[in-house]
Amino acid sequence: MQKDGVEIVRTTTWSAGPGCHGGCGVLAHIKDGKLVKIEGDPDHPWSHGRLCARALAMTQYVENEKRLRKPLKRAGKRGEGKWEEISWDEAFDLIEKRMKRIRDEYGPESVIFSMGTGRDIGAWICMLAYAYGSPNVMFSLSGNACYSPRIAAVDAVQGDFTVFDAGQWLPDRYDDPRYEVPECMIVWGYNIHGTCPDNLFGHWIIDLMKRGTELITIDPRLSWFASRSKHWLRIRPGTDSALAMGFLNVMINEDLYDHGFLEKWTNGPHLIRKDTGRLLRESDLVNDGSFNNFAVWDSHVNKTVIWKSDAAGYKGDCAKSMVSGECTVTLADGSEVKCMTAWDAYCEEVNKYPLEKVEEITGIPAEDIAKAARFYANAKPGALHWGVSIDMTPAVTPLCQAIAAMWALTGNLDVPGGNVIAKYAFDVVAYALPGAEGAIKLRREEMDEPRIGRDEYMPFNKFCWRCQTDLTIEQIFTEEPYSIKGMWMQTCNPLAGIALDPEKWRKAFEKLDFIAVVDLFHTPTTQYADIVLPAATFLEKDSFRSWWVPLQAISKAMEVDECMSDIDINLELSKRFDPEFEFDNINELFDYILKPSGMTFEELKEKGYAIPPEGTPSAPYNRYQAGLLRPDGKPCFKTPTGLFELYSTLREEWDLEPMPHHEEPPYTPVSRPDLAKEYPLILSTGRRSPVFFHSEHRMIPWLRNIDPDPIVEINPKTAEKHVIGNGEWIWIENWQGRAKYKAKLTEVVPDWMIMATHGWWFPERKAEEPSLYGVWEHNINLLLPMGEQGKDGMGAPIKHSMCKIYKVDGKEQ
Amino acid sequence: MAGRSEYGLLIDYEYCTGCYTCQIACCQEYGWEAGMSGMNVIEQVQKLPKGKAYLTYFPFPTELCILCAPRTKKGLEPACVQHCMANCMKYGRVEDLAREMGEKSRMVLWSPR
Repeated sequence: MQKDGVEIVRTTTWSAGPGCHGGCGVLAHIKDGKLVKIEGDPDHPWSHGRLCARALAMTQYVENEKRLRKPLKRAGKRGEGKWEEISWDEAFDLIEKRMKRIRDEYGPESVIFSMGTGRDIGAWICMLAYAYGSPNVMFSLSGNACYSPRIAAVDAVQGDFTVFDAGQWLPDRYDDPRYEVPECMIVWGYNIHGTCPDNLFGHWIIDLMKRGTELITIDPRLSWFASRSKHWLRIRPGTDSALAMGFLNVMINEDLYDHGFLEKWTNGPHLIRKDTGRLLRESDLVNDGSFNNFAVWDSHVNKTVIWKSDAAGYKGDCAKSMVSGECTVTLADGSEVKCMTAWDAYCEEVNKYPLEKVEEITGIPAEDIAKAARFYANAKPGALHWGVSIDMTPAVTPLCQAIAAMWALTGNLDVPGGNVIAKYAFDVVAYALPGAEGAIKLRREEMDEPRIGRDEYMPFNKFCWRCQTDLTIEQIFTEEPYSIKGMWMQTCNPLAGIALDPEKWRKAFEKLDFIAVVDLFHTPTTQYADIVLPAATFLEKDSFRSWWVPLQAISKAMEVDECMSDIDINLELSKRFDPEFEFDNINELFDYILKPSGMTFEELKEKGYAIPPEGTPSAPYNRYQAGLLRPDGKPCFKTPTGLFELYSTLREEWDLEPMPHHEEPPYTPVSRPDLAKEYPLILSTGRRSPVFFHSEHRMIPWLRNIDPDPIVEINPKTAEKHVIGNGEWIWIENWQGRAKYKAKLTEVVPDWMIMATHGWWFPERKAEEPSLYGVWEHNINLLLPMGEQGKDGMGAPIKHSMCKIYKVDGKEQ
Repeated sequence: MAGRSEYGLLIDYEYCTGCYTCQIACCQEYGWEAGMSGMNVIEQVQKLPKGKAYLTYFPFPTELCILCAPRTKKGLEPACVQHCMANCMKYGRVEDLAREMGEKSRMVLWSPR
């Protein structure tokens, strides 16, 4: 489009710029090659013309005076802040030489490829790592505690992930006759409207509220949602699994669940041996029976019937599978064992959580839990939306199992207005995420063998194709079983943002022979690099967005100096590292990945976005009945048994608890009463600001003006006790470290908890150590530990630690 | 002496989430320096009985708000109204908006300078 000398380019947001997980349709107004304005695209079905503060500040972002515009080579020591500009050719030559030397000497796995949150980079960093030959792609948060744990946990028991249904799969959205507005929505640990994480548009929930959806909000803070909820459950951080068990307790004991679903679509009827406490398998019953097949008790004829997992059906007929009860079966060796159903075992587990006990653990009155559970279970439909807080506790997997059972047993799975199975539009999957095989893979399977954590933690073996972060950083120090010599970091600023215990990371960086960072601005992390490459914003690149729906094109609107898109950077280096690399340019690469959609990149660009048609696997609803989820086209789920697994067969095989339960996390007043004496307050971190995405945007004047300081929220009562006034600077301290924050006295937090914002550094302060942009003074992660991941390697204690607070004295200010 | 405004903004503050879109949309539209905008988002936490509280945000049109006359002349919505993430702002004639205001609670009608 051309208007008054202004060219209007239609594109999609993702990553650098607004920083978020993207998806909004925008119109970039370009004049003489410069961005003069950006507006929301009113015709876009995702955002309907709306646009957030961060995207609307793009003119201050693209031309920002602090923006990196040329490749840089370190001139002084690491952390000295001295740089020399070099050309792209020099930069590529230098990287190629240094990284090939490491590969020759130590093997490709000795370079880690580190990234941050879900940007338009996952695919391209995998492409580069795999072309180099390293399987060690690292999502750099401890316990990989953002999204992957939730997705992996749900994939284990349900085969596919789900998200709340706001009609995003339908071109006419809320007006589509197939769509139903949820009567109830549970918002669990989420301020989604702040930053639109997890590939969803946060204000869809506000759209639904206007259309009648009533909320249950689970949050220790009085969030915006909490203050507008029918039921607000103020939970003690880290006890969500106890609450979920309480919900299940009400639903099951008050008979508010879908019996048909339980009997037909779950493994509730499968038998468990009472002697071993493990599932009865076909291999127990007959000598040549399969270990992967299971058994139910046909109560019509009183005999076992085999469930064939690979065929997702019974061997022969089953008139009436017993859901609850006991039976005696004869094993292959002629002995007899008593068995119970998995459903009975499940109910036993759930009955360990009477509401009085749940109240004691969570701090939520039993009566409120009961009311909320009844409201959700009776709502038709009811939706449930959960946030990253779920991942930010070590026992994340059992928690996810409990929550997934809530939507499944209430009949809200893959129904309009419920929790809808989220697949990649047209099955276009660029790189492997939990539950999907990507187009970009390692050249040979055995190249994956050295991936860190793959043998220690089974979800990393089965679902999560990254290396385990805590083990990786530890291995830099131990050099066992092999040395790590280099790190490539892209869209990632660990020293200010994603790293827990950032001092440990700095020490790790000091041990490395070579560090390259790709970013748009200097950050505390770039100061430890040997080479820094200037990346492009989403307006300066061609790409596409394939994450749930729709499939979207990102179209280049402009250029800024020598900034280069992450894709182009990684493609050039992939060609240099891998002589057999297949793609000469990004169009060839995109066409290859987009193949399942039947469109080329140019065709997708022409359309802007595409929504998968009804009847295909990536379009709703009721796909497990329709046979759209499994490769064999049969009804059922893509799980090991083909069923929704209330009792996880994989967890049993991995010697982990197969059923949901609560585990008290480390560092709470309950698990560590000894520490509570000195550190009486619960420290929670990471409430979002709508003008920042994690550690980004501190140098954008319009945005920084709205949120200029690192804020900690303190209840006025707590502040009074500590003689702290509104706006005063305080230290937050625990056994690991301290950080300086500005007190905001507010009723939104209870008097037993404080909430510290995250990602703080000051682009306006000195780059060189010991300041490092003020990060060592103001990073709340200095108080959070590494190495506290859950038993399956997933999750980390980020939302719940302990601390004390005191005023910064005059001299320190 | 203040004049009379024919046009105004109707805000449904029940749904304003405090996203600051209106404030930044205005900065972009008019190129204000940081700290200036035709919109200013205000947060209010009102304590309620039984440990509860109500968290409200509302966009306040400042002395810099000209109701986007250059845009509305072209048939466009004001920049803040178009981009509002919660769709909780409406531009129109004060008389019409006042009538609409009577149909729902938690509304505020601004008639800027």
